[in-house]
Amino acid sequence: MLREIRPAIVVLVMLTVITGLVYPLAMTGIAQVIFPYQAKGSLIERDGKVVGSALIGQEFDSDKYFHGRPSATTAPDPKDPNKTVAAPYNAANSGGSNLGPSNKALIDRVQGDVDRLKKENPSANVPTDLVTTSASGLDPDISPEAAYFQVPRVAKARNLAENQLRQLVSDHIGARFLGLLGEPRVNVLLLNLALDRLSAG
Amino acid sequence: MTIIGWVQILLFCVIIIAITPILGAYMTRVFSGERTLLSPILRPIEVAIYKVAGVNEQSEQHAVTYTVGMLLFHVGGFLILYALMRWQQWLPFNPTEQSAVAPDLSFNTSVSFITNTNWQNYGGESTMSYLVQMLGLTHQNYLSAATGIALAMALIRGFARHSVRTVGNFWVDMTRCTLYILIPICMPYALFLVWQGIPQTLGPYVDATTLEGAKQTIAIGPVASQIAIKMLGTNGGGFFNANAAHPFENPTALSNYVQMISIFALGAALTNVFGRMVGNQRQGWAILSVMGVLFITGVSFCYWAEAHGNDALNALGLTGGNMEGKEVRFGIIGSALFAVITTAASCGAVNAMHDSFTALGGMIPLINIQLGEVIVGGVGAGMYGMLLFVIISIFVAGLMVGRTPEYVGKKIEAKEVKMAMLAILILPLMYLGWTAIAMLVPSAVSAMGNPGPHGFTEVLYAYVSQDGNNGSAFAGLSANTLFYNVSGAVAMFVGRFWMIIPTMAIAGSLAAKKTVPASAGTFPTTGGLFVGLVVGVIVIVGGLTFFPALALGPIVEQLSINAGTLFSAN
Repeated sequence: MLREIRPAIVVLVMLTVITGLVYPLAMTGIAQVIFPYQAKGSLIERDGKVVGSALIGQEFDSDKYFHGRPSATTAPDPKDPNKTVAAPYNAANSGGSNLGPSNKALIDRVQGDVDRLKKENPSANVPTDLVTTSASGLDPDISPEAAYFQVPRVAKARNLAENQLRQLVSDHIGARFLGLLGEPRVNVLLLNLALDRLSAG
Repeated sequence: MTIIGWVQILLFCVIIIAITPILGAYMTRVFSGERTLLSPILRPIEVAIYKVAGVNEQSEQHAVTYTVGMLLFHVGGFLILYALMRWQQWLPFNPTEQSAVAPDLSFNTSVSFITNTNWQNYGGESTMSYLVQMLGLTHQNYLSAATGIALAMALIRGFARHSVRTVGNFWVDMTRCTLYILIPICMPYALFLVWQGIPQTLGPYVDATTLEGAKQTIAIGPVASQIAIKMLGTNGGGFFNANAAHPFENPTALSNYVQMISIFALGAALTNVFGRMVGNQRQGWAILSVMGVLFITGVSFCYWAEAHGNDALNALGLTGGNMEGKEVRFGIIGSALFAVITTAASCGAVNAMHDSFTALGGMIPLINIQLGEVIVGGVGAGMYGMLLFVIISIFVAGLMVGRTPEYVGKKIEAKEVKMAMLAILILPLMYLGWTAIAMLVPSAVSAMGNPGPHGFTEVLYAYVSQDGNNGSAFAGLSANTLFYNVSGAVAMFVGRFWMIIPTMAIAGSLAAKKTVPASAGTFPTTGGLFVGLVVGVIVIVGGLTFFPALALGPIVEQLSINAGTLFSAN
């Protein structure tokens, strides 16, 4: 039995160094060379400033922008570090609502959002993804229906023609991979960046 | 449910069946010590390790020595990981200045990662330094996976050999598995994931100014290298709190699909390794068929439940299924399929929040783990878990005809059956016992994130997941408390090692037996009758142990929703 102690230590240390240091550091070096944009977090700059990541959703509140899905992420309460407060799209603390299907708090929240959105656009069905929180709280996408649903509001706030915005949305729909995997979706940040360019131009 | 959804399920099964014999052939070569394509590069490293460690690769170990080596190795791994977490504030690669991890959380996490559970009572991006993520967690992702495969190989050798005292050399199996199987797959895999959008950097978190002018801190890090082994080794511990739902862990529909395939790849291939080593690949395919029957049943049910959605929300006019706690890019099928795969295998990565699944949809992941994660299962652990059920099934078949049961030429006798039952029964004993105790501890009850029967399901799921070394969660439960950290660590430890030790006893006992030639009275173990029998035994053993607990959780919850009853806190 004691004979097994030396191999236990040596094999552990050597495999630890190989898998815990050599492997991740080598991958970092290679990735930084061949995929520098992705390896650094797919960051988007505008006028020399980082405005976000193409893969990470961010909070949009104003009528001038398309909104993402509700986000359930939290942050430590500045008054009491043992508690948390709502902090939508906190990209340093991902997570979902974890509300169960029979929880009245879930049903009440969805009911409130449905009522609010129905007032905003009475002519269309409320898209499901606009009233449900994502798993990460950082979902960068909404469904095409959810984007079209918001066109009247954004058009009014920006004084743009609805047709023009519909075209913009349709240009930003990401298709299923090979027509099979995933769901059609619209990246909200990229759509809003294009929207700003449209208004500016 | 859509045609596209069913095509994705079907295509997944086809791909797994296609890669099983290829990986199986390669793994058989590796564990038989034969030369492979990679030998010119890897052989010198391998030899160097043996030399420094004083290992003679020709000399094999008895099952007991093999097990002792494995245990010593884990003591060391535990100490390294615990120390790294406790001291991370003084160590390098900590650009976000994370402070020391609390003792009980470090204890729980260390046990969690050495047992291939990867249960997480913490949010990765808000707790761990890059050094802990790499040297502590990525490394245990590798080694706990290699351990599982090594142990499965020992048991397979027990069946394949005859009249010998040894089952292989633990140090050789660990080294070969890591060098020849895990690393060569993970390197291109990690780069593929970076290409899809997963970060791989040592730089600090990024501060962005959003279009609306708010500040957004974006957590990044050496993510891709960890995600590759997290999936391939069925570990499942996320770099980020939201795990594979986080866009930086799983950015696209393609990365999602490839991750699902990689969860099953090695576990499915081991059935083929088994077939090759006992001299008849059909033995392996029969076992994979058992897994396939249970898998398809679970996927179909879960997909149906999630696509149907939550009736309480559908009443408000929502359509298109249950999207609470799911990501748009994966949709219903990409989430339901992932949930079933991750719990059928003992992976435990999640790309959607299981806590927010419908009552019946969320029950399927729970059942998958409760069945012992034998549907492909954790790398290695699924294989030996399934062989334990095979032993019980063969025993039952033997009782029916009144003949000593035999399997792939080995007589299955009292010792093997007793050890198999011991390993199978410890699982429900642990999770039912701890759930019952938790229900009596007021602080444990108040940690529930949801009221009513769903809160009970959260606690049950927590112990089932830790005991089964899965690691996924009904994450509403605030489990980072002294009670849950310690009791969970006990469940993980017992769930892993109490299963391994009887398994190794079986391996040693089988290896020493003679092979008996098949005769007209031998029960054929490659046909449909055998597959049906094993499926039946798994379902009956499982059903008898956990059905009452399910009745108190998801089943009563679904009945309540049907009756229009909702639950609110206080």
